[in-house]
Amino acid sequence: MFRNQYDTDVTTWSPAGRLFQVEYAMEAVKQGSAAIGLRSKTHVVLACVNKSNSELSSHQKKIFKVDDHIGVAIAGLTADGRVLSRYMRTECINYSFNYESPLPVGRLVVQLADKAQVCTQRSWKRPYGVGLLVGGTDESGAHLYYNCPSGNYFEYQAFAIGSRSQAAKTYLERRFENFTNSSRDDLIKDALIAVRETLQGETLKSSICTVAVVGVDEAFHILDQETVQQLINAFEIVGETEAEAAVSEEGTAAEEGAAAEEGAAAAGQDAAPMDM
Amino acid sequence: MESNSETKQHTLLSSESGIQRTQYPYVTGSSVVALKYKDGILMAADMGGSYGSTLRYKSLERIKPVGKHSIIGASGEISDFQEIMRYLDDQVLNDNMWDDGNSLGPKEIHSYLTRVMYNRRNKFDPLWNTLILGGVKKGQKFLGMVTMIGVNFEENHIATGFGNHMAQPLLRAEWHENLTFEEGVTLLEKCMRVLLYRDRSAVNKFQIAKITEEGVTVSQPYALKTFWGFKAFENPTAGAEGSW
Repeated sequence: MFRNQYDTDVTTWSPAGRLFQVEYAMEAVKQGSAAIGLRSKTHVVLACVNKSNSELSSHQKKIFKVDDHIGVAIAGLTADGRVLSRYMRTECINYSFNYESPLPVGRLVVQLADKAQVCTQRSWKRPYGVGLLVGGTDESGAHLYYNCPSGNYFEYQAFAIGSRSQAAKTYLERRFENFTNSSRDDLIKDALIAVRETLQGETLKSSICTVAVVGVDEAFHILDQETVQQLINAFEIVGETEAEAAVSEEGTAAEEGAAAEEGAAAAGQDAAPMDM
Repeated sequence: MESNSETKQHTLLSSESGIQRTQYPYVTGSSVVALKYKDGILMAADMGGSYGSTLRYKSLERIKPVGKHSIIGASGEISDFQEIMRYLDDQVLNDNMWDDGNSLGPKEIHSYLTRVMYNRRNKFDPLWNTLILGGVKKGQKFLGMVTMIGVNFEENHIATGFGNHMAQPLLRAEWHENLTFEEGVTLLEKCMRVLLYRDRSAVNKFQIAKITEEGVTVSQPYALKTFWGFKAFENPTAGAEGSW
């Protein structure tokens, strides 16, 4: 009855000029827990929220080191994310074998996007159901890119993907102009606050988030849990309630953002728009 | 005839399809000499090409620019060098097609050449050259070389072939970090003159190339002043007892 006639395979256009399967894949990114990235002139910080599927299981890894100068944070199908991370690692290692120098971030991102694009144009394939925030450094400084299942990619100063990422985006949009000249530690602080914005009533603890840093003079690494907890304590980023009391303006705006995002998700049940 | 197949040799080095590999060079170029100086790299080579021991060609350009930041100088098989230039031009073209502002520097080109040369020698089909790669990128001077079997290193002054014997001692004695352009050229010319006197496959027609942060210039061909009236040249075999 209400079946969509135009979504049975990736290569079929709808009369409105849309590719439903691709849009569904974009939707998978929003289902995953949030991932955040922001950058200054010299550093990129990636952060994510860790959710476990059950009380009995551990959470899945969402931030991967690709090379000394590149790392990714993913949201969506973790399995697809791992496959793409492996591809990126291979490309980096081959490049450094050939040229004894690191692969420029922008090039890796284009190769990744091309790989994702192919899946949107072959009837026997399915698009990747994962969004990747690629952070890295090269000759031209620090870069942050977002790669999505549609094969599109964008360069950002700061971005957030995954569930309730709108709240983090709202925070980042308000602050991003200062990021260019931020210190490494300030970037981490902003990343943690952005992560907190995506939490619904939960308290920010090192056990539910991962933070990673890469800089011009700093190899990509994931901060260990104690360090993250120390930073959370040092910056006095605790719960949403406390944060609201401290910066009420930010808190309410974030809530609005979260509500708007959920509304969009609900409205998008039948036909997902291809927005970012 | 099928009965023939019994007699066919199947060994590591000869497959059924009968691939021919380069077993010796045909047209060869002689020494290349290069050094670091204050602002970059200087490189010199003559323009002769020998077909065996016949001086067959006399206008071969054996020093070429590679992209914006590098120059390459080659001794050995000329056609193999031309193939290497095709590989390198592909690399540079590919860089330009990305159009993202990134480009391969001399270090990267040198590494790439190392991989190509070693890979070909592992196929028992070497590119019969000794290559010198020089360049400047982001204030970093680079001078390195690769041989036909993949041996490679970086140095402040390098000479290939006969130059390694004749020119290297002069370079060791006179080279220093802060050579000016003029001093560098004088030193290279001194090396080339010695090679011209002693290397029978050298010809008196040279090019000198300069690469700095500003770019590459390869000189027009020119000749060195020579004097063949030295006493020692009169009877060259006098001091070599036992030779014919």
